[in-house]
Amino acid sequence: MKPVADAPAGALPVERVDWIPLALIPAIALAALPLIPSVPTWVTLTVAGLAMGMMIFMMAAGLTLVFGLMDVMNFAHGVFISVGAYAATSVVLAMKASMQADSLAANLSAIVPAVLAAMALAGLLGWFFERVVIRPVYGDHLKQILVTMGGLIVVEQLIHVVWGPDIIPLPKPATMAGSFIVADAAIERYRVLAVLVGLVVFGAMWLILNRTRLGLLIRAGVENPEMVESLGYRIRRLFIGVFVAGSALAGLGGVMWALYQESVNAQIGMQMMVVLFIVLIIGGLGSVGGCFVGALLVGLVANYTGYLAPKLALGSNILLMVLVLLWRPRGLFPIGKA
Amino acid sequence: MPETLLSLAGVHTNIGQYHILQGVDFEVPRAGLTMLLGRNGAGKTTTLRTIMGLWKASAGTIRYDGAEITRRPTPELAQLGVAYVPENMGIFAGLTVRENLLLAARSGPPDAARLEWIFKLFPAMQRFWNTLAGNLSGGQKQMLAIARAIVEPRKLLLVDEPTKGLAPAIIANMIEAFRELKRTQTSLLVVEQNFHFARSLGDTVAVMDSGRIVHAGRMADLAADEQLQTKLLGLSLESHQ
Repeated sequence: MKPVADAPAGALPVERVDWIPLALIPAIALAALPLIPSVPTWVTLTVAGLAMGMMIFMMAAGLTLVFGLMDVMNFAHGVFISVGAYAATSVVLAMKASMQADSLAANLSAIVPAVLAAMALAGLLGWFFERVVIRPVYGDHLKQILVTMGGLIVVEQLIHVVWGPDIIPLPKPATMAGSFIVADAAIERYRVLAVLVGLVVFGAMWLILNRTRLGLLIRAGVENPEMVESLGYRIRRLFIGVFVAGSALAGLGGVMWALYQESVNAQIGMQMMVVLFIVLIIGGLGSVGGCFVGALLVGLVANYTGYLAPKLALGSNILLMVLVLLWRPRGLFPIGKA
Repeated sequence: MPETLLSLAGVHTNIGQYHILQGVDFEVPRAGLTMLLGRNGAGKTTTLRTIMGLWKASAGTIRYDGAEITRRPTPELAQLGVAYVPENMGIFAGLTVRENLLLAARSGPPDAARLEWIFKLFPAMQRFWNTLAGNLSGGQKQMLAIARAIVEPRKLLLVDEPTKGLAPAIIANMIEAFRELKRTQTSLLVVEQNFHFARSLGDTVAVMDSGRIVHAGRMADLAADEQLQTKLLGLSLESHQ
């Protein structure tokens, strides 16, 4: 057997991890430090920013995967957030005593089923949505925008029918309410929980995407779904699985966000959509890692700007997006789609 | 006559308003290499994509290994042993060489002996095992695309323009790799523009023009008949080399 020769050594670029976007997170945090009058305030704002970023990541992760893998612009993603928040609210309100008990075990006995209900209902809605709303419009972005916006309105109205039009108060579990002090910095317990849950979700997603065959298929499918089919895999099943998982994750994000806001209303998901799209664009459409970094950047910038220049807070995320796109027009971690 | 593995009879394919394949008829013998030649836009790539089920035939019949496969979904064809290397190679740039091959081995981790064989064919695959495929050179990407198609034994390989854009030295090496594949009794249908490459490897040939097969026969006969080459391909062998 005569071997096939290689291209000359040195023809290849050296393999490198792109650390620069990751370095933006500590860089922005450190850049804000001299602008904020006291270190404890900076610590409080940083934790708040990271917590907000983690919750945004949970809500946005499914959306970026769905866009990357299925090329679907799902403007109705917010309904999975809303439905997740409402499902959890129903469970939590039914177990009010456990939520208000000053015992972590009692709180968890209410929160865990609430989260499971939120993820299950949002996932189920995602499955229904993919089959009924999305499937007929694969490959047509304009129709996707129109039908998903329509779906969003329908589900919002259904929420009014089922749960009523009023804002429902949703107090945090007793053991997760309030703050603790670390070196004069007030840290909200719930924000620490949000950071921990966000890290667990990101870690689990990273492991699945990088250490399993399913993850390989998803990453390959994001790049070139046709080639994945040519290798013998049914991409449609993968689409449905990712859509349902992404919806369930949005449901989890909805629970976390509603508890953070301590209230829930039918627009809770829709109100987040602009921020979610900004995060997706900053991170690079379809990139889970980019979504994570983008969400943390958005969370930090929103909190620092909100403190330093409240009038600029609303536009800070858009400004951040513009700056990132001027630097990297396809986002921080662009996906090379075929 | 050798046994037929794949046959197309009166195959038509429409893409949008365009009627690309207009009654394609030809056969691919088992354990041989068939070259599909023709000028740009003749319908060669559409023929491969139609066989692979990526575009559906609007009429006609495609039979493979004794069964009709005309409207079967692409993954099912892959599971029947058909591998496809598209013109753009279709490698997953964000995955490493190892991950590209791992994904193509549907029945589990690639067989060690098979991998050794692939490494002998394409040593670059071993050297750049953990390198992102997007960082490979053009020739190495083509090697990866073919390695991925043969990481498990397949009955039929559909390869679209494997020499496109490659340096002459890499093309010579690619010829050796295809010869080795022929020795393993793998059937191949290769779309090619490079007549020198086609003549070196082809056992049989089909020439397309305007969505139809205008000639089919032994490659040796076409290689020996300069007038026929000029008539079918529009260029003499000399001017093409």
